[in-house]
Amino acid sequence: MKKNAITPLQIRNDGASHEEMEHEHASIRELKDVEIVRLSEEELERRHEKGRAVAKRQAKIRKATGRVWTCLGLLLATLVAIFALMPIVLTILDSFMSTDEIKTNYSAVYNSLSSASAETKTYLSTTPKLKMIPDSVSFSQYKTLLFLSPTYLLKFWNSVALVVPIVLGQIMIGCLASYSFARYRKKRREVLFFSYVILMLMPFQVTLVPNYLIANKLGIYNTWWSIILPGIFSTFSIFLLSKYMRQIPSSYIEAAKLDGANEWNIFTKICLPMCKSAIYAMAILLFIDYWNMVEQPLILLEDAGKQPLSVFLSQINASEVGVAFAASFIFMVPPLLIFLYGEQYLVEGISRSGIK
Amino acid sequence: MATHEYNPDEVRKRRIRGRRKRNFREWVIFTGYLTPSLLGVLLFFFGPMLIVLVQSFQRSATNTEFVGVENYVNVWNNQAFQSAAKNTLIFAGLAVPLAVLLALLLALLLSSKLPGKSVFRSIMLNPMMVPVASIVLIWQVMFSYNGALNTYMGWFGIDKIDWMKSDWSRLVILILFLWKNLGYNMVLFISAISAVPQEQLESAKMDGANAVKRFFSIKLPYLWPTIFFVGIMSLINSFKIFREVYLLTGDYPVDALYMLQNFMNNMFSHLDNAKLTAAAIIMCIAMIIIVGVLFIAENRLGRDTEE
Repeated sequence: MKKNAITPLQIRNDGASHEEMEHEHASIRELKDVEIVRLSEEELERRHEKGRAVAKRQAKIRKATGRVWTCLGLLLATLVAIFALMPIVLTILDSFMSTDEIKTNYSAVYNSLSSASAETKTYLSTTPKLKMIPDSVSFSQYKTLLFLSPTYLLKFWNSVALVVPIVLGQIMIGCLASYSFARYRKKRREVLFFSYVILMLMPFQVTLVPNYLIANKLGIYNTWWSIILPGIFSTFSIFLLSKYMRQIPSSYIEAAKLDGANEWNIFTKICLPMCKSAIYAMAILLFIDYWNMVEQPLILLEDAGKQPLSVFLSQINASEVGVAFAASFIFMVPPLLIFLYGEQYLVEGISRSGIK
Repeated sequence: MATHEYNPDEVRKRRIRGRRKRNFREWVIFTGYLTPSLLGVLLFFFGPMLIVLVQSFQRSATNTEFVGVENYVNVWNNQAFQSAAKNTLIFAGLAVPLAVLLALLLALLLSSKLPGKSVFRSIMLNPMMVPVASIVLIWQVMFSYNGALNTYMGWFGIDKIDWMKSDWSRLVILILFLWKNLGYNMVLFISAISAVPQEQLESAKMDGANAVKRFFSIKLPYLWPTIFFVGIMSLINSFKIFREVYLLTGDYPVDALYMLQNFMNNMFSHLDNAKLTAAAIIMCIAMIIIVGVLFIAENRLGRDTEE
């Protein structure tokens, strides 16, 4: 068959009469110098069959390569997921080992980390037995932790007492300030907003020095206030919240004004309910940030008794390794629970913070 | 009657007076909302920062003699400061690009047609929630000299590496950093990718552009703002790596892990006010420059893609 051949199928069913068709064929032949090939029904059917088979095969190949890519993607995602989960899962599993089992398994590790004490030397083996799964489920770590050594619970309480006021305080003050920045946009106010953002970006290495100075001047050094007060006034939440509040359509606010609402009404009845998810997300972010804090208590709290569990866990030495895993697990329970409950808020809050 | 007489000057004056009054009222109200925060920020951050600035030019906390830039010169030439700054910069220089790139790749992976995407996203976001202090034990088990990694390597006849006490420690800290921060960055990228106009991608697909080409010519221009945002957030977080270092190695890490925060902690414990304040100001200025450069670069690139 020639290159430009037109099969009768293409012009068969347009309702044209035989003469018209002949005429058309002639004109086409004239124009493009093509040859009309009349194919038998069987030949046509055969060719269609062939075309369908080719298309099928191509679709199959495409599907197969797609499936290979999906499999590779799944494999990669699974590997990353294992990497992400492994330390958490191992900590949880190890927290159910008995104290003795922990010591036999891991004392080699801890003796290479810290100076070995005489007590742990009896368990020392040159290579650690890295069993990931305990021989038998034991609650002895939790028993020791909860009933026999009150220090851990006390530190846990310290963490709670530091973090809760900071989160609540910063959210309240942050909402008020963000509303102000979102609604009142004059040039000088924008400059102030920018300096707030710069302050938000400052690392602890910079901000801890003024915090330390003022804590000394106010006489709150070595008290929880020296951490709580700067925490409450930190500008971290204002950036995200005011970004959110600026997205409230001004028509809402105009409508409320026409109905006689004052600014306070607009703030509490329109702004806050519309930013609920952002506020939850912010509270979660603040909670994990301060639950995790190490720098501030190290510098602002001299008394070991006042320090939160985050700092204390790092000072666990070889002799206490037996309960450390349970303590670690208890410490990660509150943020994990919050994550389970508030993941959608968190994801939405993070997502929106990146969009301009 | 006189009161009904039309006087354009009077009307204009009244209108201006009314507008001024309204503007003033607005200012009072919105400054009122800002006041609690502003007072706190002035008292705890901006105010003391000024004191820090003044003290950085003084001999010491007790001796207020003006010494010019002597403190700055001392800090700048200080061996410990130099190595701390070097380590922090090396770490940030490695960690920030990796955190951006890997998170972008993960986000692209989870934005494709992958079954169980949301489960993977949740799992990868999980490390962000876990306090460093809680998983430090497992990392120690992994990386200590007699730890798991060395044991596994031993099976393949590879010599033991002292992960935490050699230059390898940089790699360990890098892994910890990525473990914690990839999830957050990834979520940012996923939302940015889903905001790329679908029609453009479809038409490019019709035109026969393959996935790589589609990414570079369509998605990437839309992603630049997010890339910068993620970069800045990763930079901020890279300065917090001190937590991991401290919790893993205590007060005295190997030289490769001696970070700026370690230097500051030393200055705090020596009560060396002159060096402390000067170092804080130096870092503050460095931070402003870095962020400023990033902002300008973002504006430039953003304009390029719009044209």
